[in-house]
Amino acid sequence: MEWEVVIGLETHTQLQTNTKIFSGAAIKYGAEPNTQACEVSLALPGVLPVLNKQAVHCAIKFGLAINAEIAPRSVFARKNYFYPDLPKGYQISQFELPVVGKGAVTIQVPAQGKNAAYEKVINITRAHLEEDAGKSVHGAVEDMSGIDLNRAGTPLLEIVTEPDMRSAAEAVAYAKKLHELVQWIDICDGNMQEGSFRCDVNVSVRPKGTEKLGTRREIKNLNSFKFMTQAIEYETRWQIETLEDGGKIQQATVLFNPDTGETRAMRSKEEANDYRYFPDPDLLPLIITEADKARIGADMPELPAAMKARLEAQYGLSSYDASSLTTSKDLADYFVAIVDAGADAKQAANWMMGSVSAKLNSEDKNIKACSISAQQLAQLLTRIADGTISNNAAKQVFEAMWAGEGDVDSIIAAKGLKQESDTGAIEAIIDEVLAANGAMVEEFKAGKEKAFNALVGQAMKASKGKANPAQVNEILKKKLSA
Amino acid sequence: MNQIDLTHFSLRQIAELLQSKKISSVELTQTFLARIKQYNPNINAYIALDEDKTLAQAQAADARIAAGNVTPLTGIPIAQKDIFCAKGWPTTCGSKMLAEFIAPYDAHVISQFDSAGAVNLGKTNMDEFAMGSSNETSYFGGVKNPWSYDRVPGGSSGGSAAAVAARLCAAATGTDTGGSIRQPASLCGLTGLKPTYGVVSRYGMIAFASSLDQAGPMAKSAEDCALMMNVMAGFDERDSTSLDRAKEDYCKDLHQPLRGLKIGLPKEFFAQGLDANVGKVIEAAISQYKKLGADIIEISLPNTGLSIPVYYVLAPAEASSNLSRYDGVRYGHRSAEYSDLMDMYCKSRAEGFGAEVKRRILIGTYVLSAGYYDAYYLKAQQIRRLIAQDFVEAFKQCDVIMGPAAPSTAFKAGEKVDDPVAMYLQDIYTISTNLAGLPGMSVPAGFAQSDDGKSLPVGLQIIGNYFDEARMLGVAHQYQQVTDWHKQAPNLDMPEGIA
Repeated sequence: MEWEVVIGLETHTQLQTNTKIFSGAAIKYGAEPNTQACEVSLALPGVLPVLNKQAVHCAIKFGLAINAEIAPRSVFARKNYFYPDLPKGYQISQFELPVVGKGAVTIQVPAQGKNAAYEKVINITRAHLEEDAGKSVHGAVEDMSGIDLNRAGTPLLEIVTEPDMRSAAEAVAYAKKLHELVQWIDICDGNMQEGSFRCDVNVSVRPKGTEKLGTRREIKNLNSFKFMTQAIEYETRWQIETLEDGGKIQQATVLFNPDTGETRAMRSKEEANDYRYFPDPDLLPLIITEADKARIGADMPELPAAMKARLEAQYGLSSYDASSLTTSKDLADYFVAIVDAGADAKQAANWMMGSVSAKLNSEDKNIKACSISAQQLAQLLTRIADGTISNNAAKQVFEAMWAGEGDVDSIIAAKGLKQESDTGAIEAIIDEVLAANGAMVEEFKAGKEKAFNALVGQAMKASKGKANPAQVNEILKKKLSA
Repeated sequence: MNQIDLTHFSLRQIAELLQSKKISSVELTQTFLARIKQYNPNINAYIALDEDKTLAQAQAADARIAAGNVTPLTGIPIAQKDIFCAKGWPTTCGSKMLAEFIAPYDAHVISQFDSAGAVNLGKTNMDEFAMGSSNETSYFGGVKNPWSYDRVPGGSSGGSAAAVAARLCAAATGTDTGGSIRQPASLCGLTGLKPTYGVVSRYGMIAFASSLDQAGPMAKSAEDCALMMNVMAGFDERDSTSLDRAKEDYCKDLHQPLRGLKIGLPKEFFAQGLDANVGKVIEAAISQYKKLGADIIEISLPNTGLSIPVYYVLAPAEASSNLSRYDGVRYGHRSAEYSDLMDMYCKSRAEGFGAEVKRRILIGTYVLSAGYYDAYYLKAQQIRRLIAQDFVEAFKQCDVIMGPAAPSTAFKAGEKVDDPVAMYLQDIYTISTNLAGLPGMSVPAGFAQSDDGKSLPVGLQIIGNYFDEARMLGVAHQYQQVTDWHKQAPNLDMPEGIA
């Protein structure tokens, strides 16, 4: 039987606010345990929550970015359960009435093997505001578990999709797209190692061609795209094998173990809590007006899809190039800055996706940490365009600039990379080459095209690589046909 | 200066003595502390006293007075219900769960009194987590009604009520979720006001049922309550349900005459269940209002009968969640021995909470559970809106609503402790105002004979429209100009009373 996997994602994005969602406590990652915990974070008797407007602002931005319904009135609810890292014994979240309703994200699924790349719309069910829990710390004190409430109350936006994805590749493409988007609109730092962007993936399988959804298992807290791929692929295989062996899938929460590459059930549905949700009486309903939306909308940056279209229309980039350059706002801004500084758009795109990207990858840096400024790169491209240096020489200049050896012109001068573009000088070199390689000239005249290239090579060699190759070509052609 | 006289003085009289420097705050505070030392061991109104802290505040108040930087409450010793967090003070909420808890921060109400220069005389006893109508659920033992030591003072603000009645403080704070200011005020013969929901910040006030809890003053007279309200009320950004309104002077309507005042008497408040002797006192008070020129109108609050069932769904629901933080993890009682995390939770909570608190946590957990939520919680919320609508209709016909604050006078300790429903009925006349968020007060209106021939205080309840506290205080004050029920004080040394 052929099987189809059905995937939906719930993503917790940590919002970039100065303080916690319901208190004035700071939210610095990695601080000493319990130093970012005020009386509200500790859930002392008598404390009350006050909603952080910045967090609401972030939620509205996200709603606008995915073209979603933004609820004019949404409600905070208490999700009741006992856990040591949950100081109040309930989490303040949104249940029946979330702040962001239905929206959509368009993903680009890359080509894989014989399958071509394609676009797909992933529907967003909802996104709601909630507070994060603290952390249990094991091993800090012997035979005891510690509780660190620094993270308790950190604002989260939980973004839930419809079960629209049909492969690990689609799920990862969605997760990456979302990851790009939340950083693009500056609501989340996207730091997956620090847990700022965590995905829970719901996976089920069904016979291909059937409608009814299979029983799902939820893979919790995936914090890398690599693990997500591995976890979904393992989980899918496991579910199919289980069903093919005549077993049944039980609804469960599972954890992915990166060491073994396997998923394992944490708790089954029978053990699941009854969260006893009810509206939090300490908080008023969250009212968002059209004016609020308009005000925040006016402050929104150009969104990736719009910018991609603009890069294609205004700069003549291919869809692929435009798409690659709009994976992050910083990347796109860097590109625009190069072009604004006078470089050719296509050339700029090629360099960014070639040398720059390779260099960043090898050093595991993002564009913000790029050693070369957009202006410097633009100058380098200008020097290629005006014939001062060859493409090959430009690569050397690029390496030197990356290493911090100075600006473009001083490196060209220091390394003697300036190209020979004086026609007289090149003609003189070519005359010498022709004189010294009579046999090759004969071969060319006998119709051997290859001999031409050999002659060009000789001329370049004679000029120590500095002759402008285009001019060499041109002059040589002229002289041979004379 | 005669001790007894001083402790019976109104806040305004005491303020005059302090500000004219006829007496210092330290002397005044010592007078109250001496009286507390004498009577509190028997009455048990206070569960935390700290003379050093209290006298340090009195000294600071004297310095303020010397510097001429005074408010009407500067230097005046106030008793604080032990539901308010007060920095450095034990804050127990009447529970074993918090028996060792010292608050590291001040509730809004506490800091308001501090800024006014008032002196914190001590923390008063209360029903555990404010759940009770007799003060008998307190981990620290019951409170005796100063009018008759074999009786309860009412609850949950029983300690504050007894402290005011016994003149063990100049005035006190209380909180009212279903009647916890008004019912003890009625049973102890004092004036108590539960303001409109949102007028006094709940920040630092330990939550019982968040959508119903409201702090208010408990004092000897309406004027004293007005002066207390001037300190307690006001917007606080730390409480999202605090109402952002202009600061109000609650004394502004004290002298307004009552001619033409339309008083609504809900027929449901005078039906079956009301003690006949209490009914007579209330009728006499109404007659007095007629003499003052008020018009009496019969009105109906048809959903009154539903208020107790609705309350006992909603309040426990909120309480079950509010009390989840007492898990033994960060502070509060933790069982000495446990095998694992679940065992620690279970034992700590089983040991830390008393029977009434457990009963309400169980009810609340039940009504919020999957499959029951719609039938209980949601339905109760719908009826809550109907109850509020009853009042909206009523206030189209009248300015204030009057009736009894409690169905009976103080009952004997132990009498209702095993019958929760009988205990819950104590709040039959008060709960609906909490559900509607309206202000309500209890005003001493006379005395009724008990079965065993004791003369016990009866409170007249005045319910006003939203934000009508100043008017209600005026309505009470005008009555107190022509009656002296509020000036009656119990004889604490009556031999038969000392149990």
